[in-house]
Order: sequence, then C-alpha cells, then structure tokens
Amino acid sequence: MGIWSCLGYDLDTVRDALYNGKSGIVFDQTRKDMGFRSALTAFVEKPDLKKLILRNQRQFMPEEAQYAYCSTRQALEQAGITQEFLDEHEVGILFGNDSVAQATYKAVNKIYEYKDTAACGSGSIFQSMNSTVTMNLATLFHLRGINLTTSGACASGSHALGLAYLLIKDGLQDCIIAGGAQEVNPESVGSFDGIQAFSTREDEPTKASRPFDKNRDGLVPGGGAATLIVESLDHALARGAKPIAEIIGWGFSGNGDHISTPNVAGPQRSLELALKSAGVDVHEIGYVNAHATSTHAGDGREAMAIANVFGDFKVPVTSTKGQTGHEMWMAGASEAIYSILMMKNNFIAGSLNFEEPDEETACINVVAKTQEAHFDMFLSNSFGFGGTNSTLIIKNY
Amino acid sequence: MTREEIIDQVKEVLAEEFEVEQDVMTDDAIIKDTLELDSLSLVDLVAVIEHTFKVKIPAADLPTVKTFAQLYDYIESHLK
Repeated sequence: MGIWSCLGYDLDTVRDALYNGKSGIVFDQTRKDMGFRSALTAFVEKPDLKKLILRNQRQFMPEEAQYAYCSTRQALEQAGITQEFLDEHEVGILFGNDSVAQATYKAVNKIYEYKDTAACGSGSIFQSMNSTVTMNLATLFHLRGINLTTSGACASGSHALGLAYLLIKDGLQDCIIAGGAQEVNPESVGSFDGIQAFSTREDEPTKASRPFDKNRDGLVPGGGAATLIVESLDHALARGAKPIAEIIGWGFSGNGDHISTPNVAGPQRSLELALKSAGVDVHEIGYVNAHATSTHAGDGREAMAIANVFGDFKVPVTSTKGQTGHEMWMAGASEAIYSILMMKNNFIAGSLNFEEPDEETACINVVAKTQEAHFDMFLSNSFGFGGTNSTLIIKNY
Repeated sequence: MTREEIIDQVKEVLAEEFEVEQDVMTDDAIIKDTLELDSLSLVDLVAVIEHTFKVKIPAADLPTVKTFAQLYDYIESHLK
C-alpha cells in the first residue's frame, strides 16, 4: 500500500494521524479571492519529482499523476516489487480518476491567449485526459497488463479496486496496481462550490467536515493519491510477498434517480450485493468505513441504508472524511488503506467532529472517539454523483 | 531589444524550461541535441519562445532553426 494524503505522505504517519484524530483541513485565501463560497480544502503538498523522473516525462504529469506516482512507488516498495519484476511480468493498472480540470483550464487559456494551439506545449494533451494517471504510470513503470481508468465520480477509486478484484478472481490478471487519485486545486472544485455543496464553517476549518453530526453543513474537498497492489494469493505467495489483507467481496449498484441527491435503496443494494459476493453475514463485519461526506442528505440516507442492512446489529461506523475531507476520486482507495491501517493496528479512528446525531443518523452506531478495537473484516462504502455506488469487503490476512 | 538581451533571455527561459545549464547553449550547438528534444518536447520550445517573445515559429520554419545562433536570428528578425 502507498499513500499521499493530507494526513501524511507515508503509511506510518497516516496511521498515527488517524489514531490521533488529526485534521488535514485548512482555509485557502486563494479560493476566497477567486470568489469561492467556501475556501476550505485539504492541504496536500506537491511532491518534487525532479530527481526521480526526467523532465520530458514529467511534462505529461498533472498533480494527480504526481501524487499517484508517489503512492505507487511506496506500494511497490512495500510489496517487494522491483522494476526488474515489472519488466519480466505482466502487471496491470486500474486507477480511479474523474477530472483533469486544472490541466484543461491551463491549456484552453493558452489557446485563447495566443490564438495558437502549439502554445499549450507538449504535455497538455496527456495531462488533460481523464486517463492521465494510468497512462503516465503505465509508461513510467513499463506496465503491460490492463491499463484502464475508472471514472465513477466519488466512487471511482472503489470501482477500480472492485474491478481489480474481479479480474484477478476470474484469472484474467495476476497482479494489478490499483488505486485512486484526486487533484487538489481551485479549478477542479470551483463548480462544485457553485452548487453550495461545501461547508462554510471557515472560522473553524478543522471542525468543518463533520460526517453524521447534527450540525454538518456540507463537505470539504480534499485529494491526493492512494495505491494498493492487488494480486492473487498464489501469485503473492509464489514471489515471497507477505499479504496484508484480502478483498473478499464487491457490490455495486446504480440509483437510477436524481443526479446529485442520493436515495436509500441504491446504496442499500450495493451493501447487500457486497455481503452476498463475500458470502459473509453482517455479524462478521467488525467495522464500517462509511462514505459519509458531511452533507445533510448523503449522510442521512447512508445511515438508513446501513441500518436497514445491519438491522439490530450496531456495527461500529465512522467516516474518515472528518479528518481528510472528501477525497473524491481517490476516496475508495484511500479509505480502504485507512481502514486496513486500523485493522492491522487494532483501533477504530473516531469519526472526527461527530458530536451528536440527527434524527436520520441516530439509527447507526457512530464511533466518536478513537478506540482500541480488534476486527478482522470491514466494509467500505463509496457513492457518487449520478447514483453510482460501490462497496468493498476486506478481510485481515 | 538588443541581440544580447535576446540571448540572455533565451538562455534563461530555456535553462528553466528544459533544466539544463546556460553554458551548454553555445551559439553553434544544435538545439535539439543540447536540450534533448524529441518530437513532442520540440513543441515546448515553440511554446516557450512564443510566450517569452510573442514570436511564433511555424512548423515550416523549424528546419531553419537548428542552432542557438539561428534561433537568436529568427527571434531578432521576427520581433515586433
């Protein structure tokens, strides 16, 4: 696994940040000056790749591809996969990504300014395609397996992991680099701010993202990149790797409903299909990592979907977005990593800023403060605009 | 703008863009080799010159701009 997030740039730092309830949210004056309703965002450092990647290749990489390069290097290193191994074996890549806004904005601006398409430079076309992450990483790491980007709004990263699981389960691939990436800049979220989806608690940035809490008033955008190496057990053991966790189920569904307002039935079906796919009973799930983004409608409907599926069993539920904000295209992958870190280190990170539920969210057991807890299986939800839902079930190994 | 000013500015922006030392850009050096340009990054040379000097180098003219001296000549003769 590898991570580049507002909580840290390596797994140990992120584990500690989760445990200690650290927030990665800040106030960004640039956004305020641009006319944003909310200037809140996660803060994510831009990596310096000058010593790692040649200039002529870096030209093709927007920030989300740079984040993904960093998280993927970490993941490969932890998995014990060298460049020599990648050169000798067919390894694929599946990444969730659903915007290339800043690169597109810059390129079009250059064309308007100079009335000349060459003014964009050589990198723009490769930076301004949704598949920029997979095309860049596949080139840099010489990958010869599946090479595909999943664009499923805020469920993109989760869909990437689910597809990787399916392709490996069906024997079509042995090893896939899977993850999610999300650009962090004003251009990518200005229009999102425009529909008044963001929290305006600007005087208290670290308290703004408050999933399931009665006083939640919208999400905070975040981003970065997260990478998991997904491979068959036989493949992992044959090359001497130490498996960390096992994806045992994937459920997905569409709401067939409103473009932005979620319902209960769609997410509920995603959870039910994941449990059926994994062949497990709800009582085997020790923790639910919720999608909950801190919006009024979304958190309430998800709580009801969880309650409908789990019934009387009050499974511990949290949303790590209280700490990270909404990592959107990256979220399904990063939250799988956050949950695995908790599972491997015997704790559940408290759902930051959850103080009291409202009528809709009171039906589930939201864990407010970090607690020591041992669990061997968790369920992770990711839902997105257009009513796309994805649920993963992951087991300790 | 004098030729010396053009040379100084070209060296400064190309060193920044292509991450090379200014002293490798001698008058007779071949631009493509010195800056390690391929068919894609050649577009970046055109873009940087256009951005800096507001001088467009059409594809048809590129074969006449092989050395740095020829680039300075081109910019000097096309500056408005």
